[in-house]
Amino acid sequence: MSRPNKGKVFSAVLIKDLRIELRSRVLTNQVLPFAGLVMIMFAFALDNDDVLQRVAGGLIWLATLFSSLIIIQRSFAVESADHALDSLRVAGIDLAGVFFGKAIALAIKLIVLDFVLIVTAMLLYRVDLTGPGLVLLVTCVLCSATGLGFVGTLYGGLTAGAKGRETLLPLLLLPVVAPVLIAATRATEAAFASGGAQTSEGWAWVGLLAIFAAVFGVGGSLAFGPLIDE
Amino acid sequence: MSEVISFVDTVIVYDNFPAVAGATFSVASGEIVLLQGPNGAGKTTLLRACAGLLPIARGKATVLGVDLKSDRATVRSQVGMLGHSNGLYQDLTVAENIGFWSRLVGAGNDDIAQAMRLMGLSERLSEVKVSNLSAGQRRRCALATLIVRRARLWLLDEPHAGLDADGRDELDKTLRSARDAGATVVFASHEIERAKALATRSFKVEGGVVGEA
Repeated sequence: MSRPNKGKVFSAVLIKDLRIELRSRVLTNQVLPFAGLVMIMFAFALDNDDVLQRVAGGLIWLATLFSSLIIIQRSFAVESADHALDSLRVAGIDLAGVFFGKAIALAIKLIVLDFVLIVTAMLLYRVDLTGPGLVLLVTCVLCSATGLGFVGTLYGGLTAGAKGRETLLPLLLLPVVAPVLIAATRATEAAFASGGAQTSEGWAWVGLLAIFAAVFGVGGSLAFGPLIDE
Repeated sequence: MSEVISFVDTVIVYDNFPAVAGATFSVASGEIVLLQGPNGAGKTTLLRACAGLLPIARGKATVLGVDLKSDRATVRSQVGMLGHSNGLYQDLTVAENIGFWSRLVGAGNDDIAQAMRLMGLSERLSEVKVSNLSAGQRRRCALATLIVRRARLWLLDEPHAGLDADGRDELDKTLRSARDAGATVVFASHEIERAKALATRSFKVEGGVVGEA
C-alpha cells in the first residue's frame, strides 16, 4: 500500500465524520436543544427586549462556544471508543489530512448550529437583519466556525486520551477562543445594527476572525500529528 | 520464499528499558508465526517495533525489505497491526468502516467486496452497525480493513482475546484464508495449544530474548 495523500485522507475523514453525525444525530437531538435552551434561559434572565437586542450577538456566540464543547468532545469520543484514531496513527496515515477532515466536519456542524441560533435570536430577541448585515453575518459565521473547527480539533485531539478530559477541554479551549468570542460578537452586533452600530464596522472584526482561522489552520496541521503521536 | 522480517542482534529500548535485547530471527513470506511467552516478556514490544512504532536502538532490522532504522514511516503504511481493540467506528456499518479505509487508500468497490468475502462477512452483515456485532464479527471486520489496506504483514496482539469458542474458530479460519491470499501473519498469544495448531512456526520470547520454540 502506498501512503495515502492528504486530499484522500481529508475527504475520507470528512465524509466519515459527517456520516457518523447523520447516524447518531447528536447535533440535532442533543446540541441544538441544549443551545436553544441556553438562548431561552438568557431571555428569561434578562427579560428586557432592549437589553436582549443589544446583547443578542454576545448571547449567540456564548451559546455557540458552550455547545461547541459538546460537539468537539463527541468528535473525539467516536475516535477513542475503539481506538480508531490510534489505528490511523499506527497505519502511518497523514495526520494533517485527518486534522483538516475533522476540523471542517466540525466547522460544518457549527455553521448549522449558528444558523439555528441566529434564527432563534431573530424570533426570541426580535433583532433585525438587513441585506448588507446578512452578508457580514454569513461571512462572520463562516470564519468563526472554521477557526473554532481548527482550534477545537487541535485541543480535542490533545485532550482525547487525557484523564478528566471533560473538564480539561473547556479549561484549555475557552481562554484560547476568547478572541473569536469578542470578534464574532462585535461583527454580529454590527450585522444586527445593535446599539446603533454600522454594518461596515463589523468587517475589521471578520478580518481578525479570518486571521485566527488561518493561524490555527496552519499551526494545527503542523502540531496535530506530533501531539497525537505522543 | 522472500524474507518479510529480518532482525539481527536487534535491541529495542522502551521507556529507557531494553525490552528486547539482541533479537535475531526472521520470518518468511506466507508464514503464520506465533510469539509465545509470559506477560512482560517483550512480545508486544517486538510487534510494535515490527510495525515501525518503536525505534531500533541497535542491530539490524528490516521489514518488507525496508530498513526500520531509517524509514519507519514506509513500514507503518505497509503493515497492519491490531491490538486488543479493533479500531472501528461503532456508529458506522461494517461496509462503511471498510469503505472508510478503502477511500483512504484509494481501493475500489471490488476490493471491499473481496475483503468482506475473505473475512466471511455476508451481505446481510455488511449493513449492520458495528455496535450491534458480536466480538468475533467485529474482529473479522477489523481484519477486513487490513485486507482492503493491502497490508502484506499482519501483526496481531492477542487476537483470540475476548472471543468465545466459535469466534476463535472463525478467527483461525480467517487467518488461514489471509495467509492463502498472500499475507504473512505474526501474532502473540497466551492460548498456546490453539495458537500452535494455527502457526506454521513459533518463537519463544522471554526476558527480551527471542528464540525458536
